[in-house]
Amino acid sequence: MTARTVLAIAGLTLREAARRRVVWALLALTVVLLALSAWGFSRLVGLDSELGTLTSGEARLVASLLLNLIMFGLSLIAAVGTAFLAGPTLSGELESGQALVVLARPVRRSAVLLGKWLGLAAFGGGYVVLAGLAQVLVVGATVGYWPPAPVTGVALLAAQTVVLLTLALLLSSAVSPMASGIVAVGLFGATWVAGVVGGIGGALGNEGVERVGTVSRVLLPTDGLWRGAMNAFQDPIALLQMGPGEGGFPFLSDGALTPAYLAWAAAWVAMVWGLTALSFSRRDV
Amino acid sequence: MTAVEAAARLVEDLPPAPALWCDGLRKRYGRRTAVDGVALSVGRGEVVGLLGPNGAGKTTVIKMLLGLVRPDAGEVMVLGRPGSDPAARARVGYLPELFRYQPWLTPAEVLRLHVRLAGADVPAEEQRGCLELVGLGARTGDRVGGFSKGMQQRLGLAVALVARPELVVLDEPTSALDPLGRADVRDVVLSLRERGVAVLLNSHLIGEVERVCDRVVVLDRGRVAASGTLAELLGQREVRLHLTGLVPAAEARLAVAGPVDREGGWYTVALPAEDDGTTVPDLVRDLVALGVRVHAVEPARISLEERLLGILRAGSGQARP
Repeated sequence: MTARTVLAIAGLTLREAARRRVVWALLALTVVLLALSAWGFSRLVGLDSELGTLTSGEARLVASLLLNLIMFGLSLIAAVGTAFLAGPTLSGELESGQALVVLARPVRRSAVLLGKWLGLAAFGGGYVVLAGLAQVLVVGATVGYWPPAPVTGVALLAAQTVVLLTLALLLSSAVSPMASGIVAVGLFGATWVAGVVGGIGGALGNEGVERVGTVSRVLLPTDGLWRGAMNAFQDPIALLQMGPGEGGFPFLSDGALTPAYLAWAAAWVAMVWGLTALSFSRRDV
Repeated sequence: MTAVEAAARLVEDLPPAPALWCDGLRKRYGRRTAVDGVALSVGRGEVVGLLGPNGAGKTTVIKMLLGLVRPDAGEVMVLGRPGSDPAARARVGYLPELFRYQPWLTPAEVLRLHVRLAGADVPAEEQRGCLELVGLGARTGDRVGGFSKGMQQRLGLAVALVARPELVVLDEPTSALDPLGRADVRDVVLSLRERGVAVLLNSHLIGEVERVCDRVVVLDRGRVAASGTLAELLGQREVRLHLTGLVPAAEARLAVAGPVDREGGWYTVALPAEDDGTTVPDLVRDLVALGVRVHAVEPARISLEERLLGILRAGSGQARP
């Protein structure tokens, strides 16, 4: 009974994304972004700066930075997209009465929630993986730069998307459709900014400021996962060129993720999902 | 025969559990008590109407019966299983009062989804038949988003019927329908009853309820104000008499027949439910013998509407200090 419900709802969620033209809008946006980046990277090769032609090392550093910048753009699209898809899903369907007939079927509410979550995760994660790998290919083809661990990188980006959509689902079970999307994206942005602030604190050797980033990364693991993804995309030599602490620069990351942090991110998702299931199963519709 | 087999046979011989049963249902929203100790039951193949004014708690009761709202107290059994078990709803069809279906799906896809969620095995032919039954046979491939309110309600009826239910709960099924659609719904309910499917029908249209329901439950301010078969509720008949030249003895004779209501020369006497047909002729004979001039004798039958208003007014009268 449960597996059938989960699959039916997951399929329904994916079909909603397709039918509501979310897929096409994202595809168009991504193609534009990829084309622009291909053009930009092709101009980078043999670029004459005021300091003379870029050395190969400098070109790799710039390519690293730009790749991370574009990946940030992609992850932002995925995060905002899934947050706005996930945000209205529970509360919107409860408000409109769409959920009534579904929940009156012989289904467990947790199974309905799991189906929604799986559908959204497949959608958001699938988008990030495809668009991210396409971007890696574009950079490789234009400037010949291959990131050290592209698969780990896109996997971490997908994980970041899953974290954010889990948060959006929790909010969606508690607040109105519009508010949940806005709050989820707002928290995502705030955590990123806190991460940057923490990075600057680290560069300046100010422990108090550095702790801001650490604490925010624990509270909402999106920024931590994003930093892990950047680390997987960037050229290891780039860090050496920037110097220790990389000056708090927001598009370089100085360390790979620890297994403990990954475990925490997984536990965080399970915990927030559990809270959502609890609140959803007790809710009067 | 082992003890287990004996017990199994004993259980087999028991009459099937009612399609729907609840007792002591209670629900509070903040400080307001929406439902207060409601008990009702719907037998297999029985059509029960739920009546009551706005805010009487009808929809809340229905939602508690279907596990959509958690009762603060009380028990629910659906098709012989506890209401808290989702599997109890495997053979239940439901048309909510506030209905909306995935606008990006076609009616055929909505039905397929619900058949899947119900875990039923209903061939595509039968699903299409269901859409034809509610008059959507020609629109199976259109998006639901483009449907009018009335057509969405017809789709809702098809959704309630598609998974071969044994119990159908209809909450205001005709609110968005034209007169023709209302007649269709009536036919659907009657054919469900013929097939032995139990129906709980909540409707404002008393005429509709009167025509299709075996039994009626009247809710008022969260409580059951009255319940019974239509014959029980409407069993009370009246007779209207136009009389002149009444003497005190004749008035006393009238009062013996039943409670009297006087309006000018017209006297309305409520007849006892167990009347065997002799009360009126005997009364007229005695009145004439007492010298009363009898101008007219008219039988009157209370309509469900009058009865309902009587119940609700009596209830509000009691509530006043």
